[in-house]
Amino acid sequence: MKKISKLPFNGTPEQEAQLKAWLDENGKKPGAAMPALQHAQEIYGYLPVEVLRMVARGTGKSLEEIYGIATFYAQFSLSPKGKYKIAVCLGTACYVKGSGKILEKLEEKLGIQSGDCREDGVFSLESSRCIGACGLAPVFTINEDVYGRVSPEGNELDAILAKYQG
Amino acid sequence: MEMVKVKVNGIEVSVPRGSTILEAAYQAGIDIPTLCYLKDINEIGACRICVVEVKGIRGLVTACVYPVSEGMEIFTNTEKVHAARKMNLELVLSTHNQDCLGCVRSGNCELQKLTKDYGIKDTDAWSGEKMQWPVDNSAAHMYRDNTKCILCRRCVAACSAVQGIGVIGANERGFETHIACAFEQPLDATSCVSCGQCIVVCPTGAIAEKDDTDKVWAAIQDPTKHVIVQTAPSIRVTLGEAFNMPIGTNVQGKMVAAARRLGFDKVFDTDFAADLTIMEEANEFLERVQNGGTLPMITSCSPGWVKYCETFFPQFIPNLSSCKSPQQMFGSVAKTYYAQKMGLDPKDIVVVAVMPCVAKKFEVGRDDMSAAGDGIPDVDIAITTREFARMIEKAGLRFDRLPDEDFDPALGIATGAGHIFGASGGVMEAALRTAAETLTGKELDKPDFVEVRGTDKGIKEAVYTVGGKTIRVCAVSGLANAKEVLTKVENGEASYDFIEVMACPGGCINGGGQPTQPASVRNFVDLKSLRAGALYSQDEKMTMRKSHENPRIKELYDTFLGKPGSHKAHEILHTSYVARPKNY
Repeated sequence: MKKISKLPFNGTPEQEAQLKAWLDENGKKPGAAMPALQHAQEIYGYLPVEVLRMVARGTGKSLEEIYGIATFYAQFSLSPKGKYKIAVCLGTACYVKGSGKILEKLEEKLGIQSGDCREDGVFSLESSRCIGACGLAPVFTINEDVYGRVSPEGNELDAILAKYQG
Repeated sequence: MEMVKVKVNGIEVSVPRGSTILEAAYQAGIDIPTLCYLKDINEIGACRICVVEVKGIRGLVTACVYPVSEGMEIFTNTEKVHAARKMNLELVLSTHNQDCLGCVRSGNCELQKLTKDYGIKDTDAWSGEKMQWPVDNSAAHMYRDNTKCILCRRCVAACSAVQGIGVIGANERGFETHIACAFEQPLDATSCVSCGQCIVVCPTGAIAEKDDTDKVWAAIQDPTKHVIVQTAPSIRVTLGEAFNMPIGTNVQGKMVAAARRLGFDKVFDTDFAADLTIMEEANEFLERVQNGGTLPMITSCSPGWVKYCETFFPQFIPNLSSCKSPQQMFGSVAKTYYAQKMGLDPKDIVVVAVMPCVAKKFEVGRDDMSAAGDGIPDVDIAITTREFARMIEKAGLRFDRLPDEDFDPALGIATGAGHIFGASGGVMEAALRTAAETLTGKELDKPDFVEVRGTDKGIKEAVYTVGGKTIRVCAVSGLANAKEVLTKVENGEASYDFIEVMACPGGCINGGGQPTQPASVRNFVDLKSLRAGALYSQDEKMTMRKSHENPRIKELYDTFLGKPGSHKAHEILHTSYVARPKNY
């Protein structure tokens, strides 16, 4: 089940105007719900209730219908992403090389569950499918940076996270 | 109409072009089972219980949505068909909560019947992980138990397509798919209007009314309480269905006898209160017309509709008649006038209402519903037709063998106008009968306003000239239709003086509290018109067909209320409304 964010919504008037402009132009066209959600996620980074309600009003659908679509497709997220988005590969190769343990350690160190964003908005954590870097397994990424063959034990993870604290 | 000839299991039938295989088979006298399909409501071809073989087509096709073509040869009972249906059923059962013995739908569950019909001995043939879901018990009128849900989506279609609301839908995907509200909110946090149309379409026990019969039994068995029951107009033409009687049978006499044998101290008729509603509502309408009040006036008998208006169209609250619904008017009169007459303390009176409606469970708890004051509710307990039938079953009453009895007279005399309240257009017609005679001071030649009758159309319009005044009326049923009409009125595309709205399609006869009928019946029988027809034929047989002719109503005004619209009548029989936050 998708994680529903409990963090307060921090949308700006500019973001709202941007989404509204798109919805005014396209919202009532047939099949508008999917592109509307994609567009909304591009603007806000995720889809909290406030944003889904705007999409529902703008497309003339009920909130539940829009929520049903948002929870059906893996590409939509109901939780915000951090400034630094950590994705731990749980593909077969990484998994047998212990990436599950890395995910567990990161959850512990960041104090959040996979799928969540830390309250300060700095880090979010999630698992990913195979990213094609099996030679470096176990692999995780922080935004565009790739980290391979990291041991979950010792200080390696702390050292990496420290680079992004500032 | 262009016809096509097809063969079903070798039987040749001729059906209109565009018919489905399901309909052609019905013509040939063959039932094809359906779980997701419900005519006019849910036509998605998803559950694959209705699969059949068609000569020349590879694989099985879904009979519910597949159109026939000339010369088509259909086979509904081959080994391949049976095997496929059986496996589909076994897969549905693999994640179904099989706690069937005490289930509210045991005995009339569509899944249970199919399981029996297909001789499925091992209901755990594909055992494995089962999804666990909490029961949503949040709302006053119903609960949803997703462990009994088969994901047919009939309820979703009823909520969004028929009622235009859409507070429930399918969330997540694959094995985690389940019916719920946005952001997994409890139902009572959403803009559900409690119409219960989701309940009457559910094939299993996943959605059902909150059962309040224990409260009724407890009241009946409490010697310190004077327990009276009122029965709504429409339930006398539906209750028989719960006892296998033909749809559209009027069982008023047996219903009264049953209530008496259940132990109610008095058995009264909501139709009496319907007549009273008309006295107040017709008066309110004429006052608005004559004094330049807010028009169109819109009826307020249907609590699902009232909640819908408060939530989705609060700008029309001034248009809502301030009259309480017949259920609440009955309670108000019972705890004031009747209490006084009988020398009873209203605190010791328990008013039970048997209603075709689950929204009535919500209505009893509304604010401004205490005619007797002191927070004494007008109506204590509202139960549905289904719950009443269960009480009769539990009491061991042989319904078909009961004698026909009459209501107790004090609050039990009603006119034909009261009876037709249960069908779409009925409240309007009843009000017009009284308004017309009040305006002209003359008796109507014929008290029939047939243009507003009928259950085939959700929006019925008519223009009448009464006492030199032109009155434009509209009778609407189904909330998606109400939305259409109100939007037109708001945009100036339509103009009326008087609008009747009933939340459920066809009116109370098709209410969310009525006996459930399986898809095998609903797909081929017009429930609404059979049930409504029984009310109109009762009206036709009456000598008193206008509310103001009711002698008990006259007595009530003469000895207690004064005249319609009096200060006292306002205190006791009228109520108020609130705009509700939107959450949909």
